[in-house]
Amino acid sequence: MTIRIKLDDKSEDRADSLAQGLLGTPADRPEGHLKVTGAATYAADDIPGGCAFGVLVRAPGQGALTATNADDIRAMQGVLAVIRDPRMVRNSAQGTANEAPVQGVDSAAYTGQPIALVVAESFEQARHAANALKITADGPPGPVDPQAVEPEGEPDGQGDLDAAMADAPHSIDAEYTTAGHSSAPMEPHAAVAAWDGENLTVRASLQMLKYNRNELADCLGIDPARVRLLSPYVGGGFGSKLGISAETVAAAIAAKELDRPVRVVQHRRQVFETITRRSETRQRIRLAASSDGRLTGLGHEALVSNLPDESFAEPVTQASAFAYAAANRLIGERVARLHRPAAGSVRAPGEAVGVTAFECAMDELAVQLGLDPIELRLRNIPEKDPQSGIPFSSHMLAETLQDGAKCFGWQGRNPAPRQQRDGEWWIGTGMAAAFRVNILSEAEARITLTAGGALVETDMTDIGTGTYAILTQIAGEALGLPADRVTVKLGDTEYPPGSGSGGSWGAASTGNATWLAALDLRQQLASMMECDERDLTLKDGQATCGNTTRALSDLLGGDTLTGHGHIDAGKAFEDVRQSTFGAHFAEVAVNDITGEIRVRRMLGSFAAGRILNQKTARSQCHGGMTWGIGMALTEGLVHDRRDGHIVNRDLAEYHVATNADVPPLEVHFVEERDPWAGPMQSKGLGELGICGAGAAILNALHHACGVRLRDMPATPDRVLGGLERL
Amino acid sequence: MQITLTINGADHTLDLDPRVTLLDALRDHLGLTGSRKGCDQGQCGACTVLVNGRRINSCLSLAVMHEGDAITTVEGLSDGALSPLQQAFIEHDGFQCGYCTPGQICSATAMLDELAAGWPSHVSPSLDGPCELTEAELAERMSGNLCRCSCYPGINAAIRDAKGHQA
Amino acid sequence: MKPFDYLRAENTAAACHAGAGRGAAFIAGGTNLLDLMKLEVMAPGKLVDVTRLGLDRIEEEAGGLRIGATVPNSDLAADTRIRRDWPVLSRALLAGASGQLRNKATTGGNLLQRTRCPYFYDTDTPCNKRTPGEGCAALGGETRNHAILGTSEHCIALHPSDMAVALRALDAQVEVQSPEGNRRAYDMDNFYCLPGDTPHIETMLEPGDLVTSVFLPAPKGDRQVYRKVRDRASYAFALVSIAAVIRMEGGRIAHAAIGFGGLAPQPWRDIEVDATLTGTTPSAALFDKVADILLQGAETHGGDDFKIPLVRRLLPAVLEEATA
Repeated sequence: MTIRIKLDDKSEDRADSLAQGLLGTPADRPEGHLKVTGAATYAADDIPGGCAFGVLVRAPGQGALTATNADDIRAMQGVLAVIRDPRMVRNSAQGTANEAPVQGVDSAAYTGQPIALVVAESFEQARHAANALKITADGPPGPVDPQAVEPEGEPDGQGDLDAAMADAPHSIDAEYTTAGHSSAPMEPHAAVAAWDGENLTVRASLQMLKYNRNELADCLGIDPARVRLLSPYVGGGFGSKLGISAETVAAAIAAKELDRPVRVVQHRRQVFETITRRSETRQRIRLAASSDGRLTGLGHEALVSNLPDESFAEPVTQASAFAYAAANRLIGERVARLHRPAAGSVRAPGEAVGVTAFECAMDELAVQLGLDPIELRLRNIPEKDPQSGIPFSSHMLAETLQDGAKCFGWQGRNPAPRQQRDGEWWIGTGMAAAFRVNILSEAEARITLTAGGALVETDMTDIGTGTYAILTQIAGEALGLPADRVTVKLGDTEYPPGSGSGGSWGAASTGNATWLAALDLRQQLASMMECDERDLTLKDGQATCGNTTRALSDLLGGDTLTGHGHIDAGKAFEDVRQSTFGAHFAEVAVNDITGEIRVRRMLGSFAAGRILNQKTARSQCHGGMTWGIGMALTEGLVHDRRDGHIVNRDLAEYHVATNADVPPLEVHFVEERDPWAGPMQSKGLGELGICGAGAAILNALHHACGVRLRDMPATPDRVLGGLERL
Repeated sequence: MQITLTINGADHTLDLDPRVTLLDALRDHLGLTGSRKGCDQGQCGACTVLVNGRRINSCLSLAVMHEGDAITTVEGLSDGALSPLQQAFIEHDGFQCGYCTPGQICSATAMLDELAAGWPSHVSPSLDGPCELTEAELAERMSGNLCRCSCYPGINAAIRDAKGHQA
Repeated sequence: MKPFDYLRAENTAAACHAGAGRGAAFIAGGTNLLDLMKLEVMAPGKLVDVTRLGLDRIEEEAGGLRIGATVPNSDLAADTRIRRDWPVLSRALLAGASGQLRNKATTGGNLLQRTRCPYFYDTDTPCNKRTPGEGCAALGGETRNHAILGTSEHCIALHPSDMAVALRALDAQVEVQSPEGNRRAYDMDNFYCLPGDTPHIETMLEPGDLVTSVFLPAPKGDRQVYRKVRDRASYAFALVSIAAVIRMEGGRIAHAAIGFGGLAPQPWRDIEVDATLTGTTPSAALFDKVADILLQGAETHGGDDFKIPLVRRLLPAVLEEATA
């Protein structure tokens, strides 16, 4: 039996009436012991006997490529192969691509493209031989400046924005830029590939196995049924492991050619180049407002970039379509086709940079209006999706704004800039709203119930998001089992296909599938108890129906029951606008001499339906907020202006936040139930924390010292420029 | 080259290419994969191990240079039971993906010893001590360990908790 | 990493002898060298391990301190004598790198660390420092982290050290032993070479010369400040840093030695800046004037233009703190 639901309508909430009391609690991660002892095995950790080691080689330029000394390299000590195979990939596949990305090694579309694999008996031999392989590129670099090419695409309009701008007593027309970003997960992309006849098994670091399996099979030209992927632990993803990438494809090709297992791990510098980056953006934002702060016009046009033949365009304006009411609108992206490394999804594609810039513009408008920035937002909350006219499934912006304001101590704030000083430091506060679309993706899960407990299986991954914890809690709650009687197995394509981790949809999608699998089991147990499933109470391994209570172990005896859940998105995601909402608050200090910024405290108030685990959900929000700090202050890919290669391709020069960059972070959840989001009534949370967080910081920067920076990251040199211009 | 490394109290004799780093010796030659490779260039801290009680980046050290040293990896921190730091990391959710975690825990273990020895830090108001584990001190002293999941609040709470436990 | 012979030297003379051979390099902490070797920016054929030569002691000498070349940065920063009498050195060390790296990096290695110029690190772009005569990709490229003083048309790379900036302001001397067994000392002022048309030559060291110690003379100023501006709160190289060593007598500046990081191919000091400060009464006008003196002849390259206003703001603030 399988319980299969396509979400076309609201779902009834069942979880609140369940008895175990596990769901929503701040339970520890069940895999915690493995992680703190170092025993969790990541992709590169398990080296099979006879394994050879491969190192990728980058293109030193663009155009047609020639390897001039491959035979010399093959003769080097320990070298087993120099592989330049047309099936190797240009860059990582886009999320949910389900097919091979652009392949080939004869020419390079961007400087840094992986174009060969050198395999040797040892990693050290392979690394040296890869360095020694001489590749020449004959072409001049393609265009690398986003503003120097004619972009593709046009924004969508409603009404007449130009007229609204001309007529409005208050308006903002400003250009914002954000730098490109690297996901930079701590675990570099890695794969160990081994063939057994025509069957391939790869331990890899991937977020979405069901797609990745098809992508890899398509790359190799084999039947996906012959591919098994294993990713039980993934050392961070943030979008960078959504699609199959160069090391996995190359390892599979090499392992076949050499007839022995091959491990390929990307060096950190390669990760920066071969894995999709977040596009830099240039955003023109126009706001027209009446004197009482009601928006009459809203324009959000973005220029992003990508390589030719990449379908992805950073969806910068995704939330602007529904965030605020305004009759006259012009919203959308243009894509510049460039020969920089490929762009793709990085944590909260679209909203991360789009909401951040937009919420800065809202702050500028509030200042111009002399209106409290929270009040400005409250006055412009739309009753229904302003673009499509469909209703919201739930709308919690006002609640999170008010909750956040109260907790942060916003009331009584003097809105005038440059009022508070602490030695060399200007002090200020700022806020921003947070929006992120809620998506549900098809997912399946299986639960096997025995007298000993429940085993949940799905090829879903846990990339740090807490999947092991929340699926344990959902299954335990539904089946009346304490956490230690639930085992969750993930990251193996032998298991039913989950949703994969990405787009904030993992918890709700695979969580709902797990609930449905448990519901399947509840129905079977109810029938054994000869009662209606709704009358069945399961708690602490006991089944109770009316006056009858039986231990599950007794009920099952030696039998094994299997439940299968399958969920998919339907009209509930078309006829209704689903989003998560939040509010960010920040206090910053700005050094008047050096332009350095230190965030002193941050608070986020978030609403995302049912919170499945208070502890892991909070950590997700900490992560998002910290990424907001990075985006606002320190992170930015620097491209060489001549050939577009990434200049700062290491962790010393691409500055992710260190411990010292992050102040105490406070997270509040305004808990709700969103019946449109599925039976668990839970929405995605992994990305909401980054959306707009950087705007609270930049708005606080302005409040602190009067400098309005529209270019991110706000590094000391840029702040200093602003201070000098005051 | 034939060398003997003393790791978590046990001697291991290995025949190694001199190019093998301490990190790769641990991971690929001894199966001690708890020490992670995040950058292989001393820029992330995931490979942090203790050498004679001191925290170092094992990716930037040659294995052949460590004969006679007492090397402790994350695998050597728990003797059956978890160390107070390891337990506190679980309770305070001091990790998400878990990849940087062994490095964080090794680093914190040695960091607390540095603090006890009275070593000042960049943010110490005075070089003369005493060194209190303020938020700023803790954050600065742990800044050699990047966590891209950004579990710094949990990491810091865990270290503080474990230190209290120690005292 | 190219294959190399590894040799653990038993004494300094043997180390120098082994290090004199073609393609040999000394290794102590290795925190910079091994990174560069993995990328084959540097590819020595022989590595001479100098960690077991007994050069890891700090000893009092002639009112100052003799710091062994392999004293780890963290021990040096934590040494109670350094903290008391040469606090600018502790502060500079603690502002650099991370706890892990400071435990490994040594005094000698820190002095000799190579530039962080991204084109030096990228063997697919030309670099005169890496391969003499190849050209300079930084010129016309991304120049935010480059030098604005003391550069040449062949190289605009920065020296990235914090420690060396403090040592220069403290009038330290670098002691060197040659393969012939001769010992000689360089003032910090004479130890480094400007790039000119030989940017691959960075110091006065000849093949086989081993830095054995750094001598720190008795402090000439009791007011010591190290200030570093960087892109994030920790674990980042300096955009600009300043080490000030000042002695005040009767309201006047009796001694001034100002070291600068993030501005030049070597830890920088300008004798005209020091001379202009010495003997005068501190004032805002004086501080602005010395900033002008320092920056005369500065050449920026676009990305590093901001260093001019940054220095103009930072130097007066540091001098004000040091003379207050």
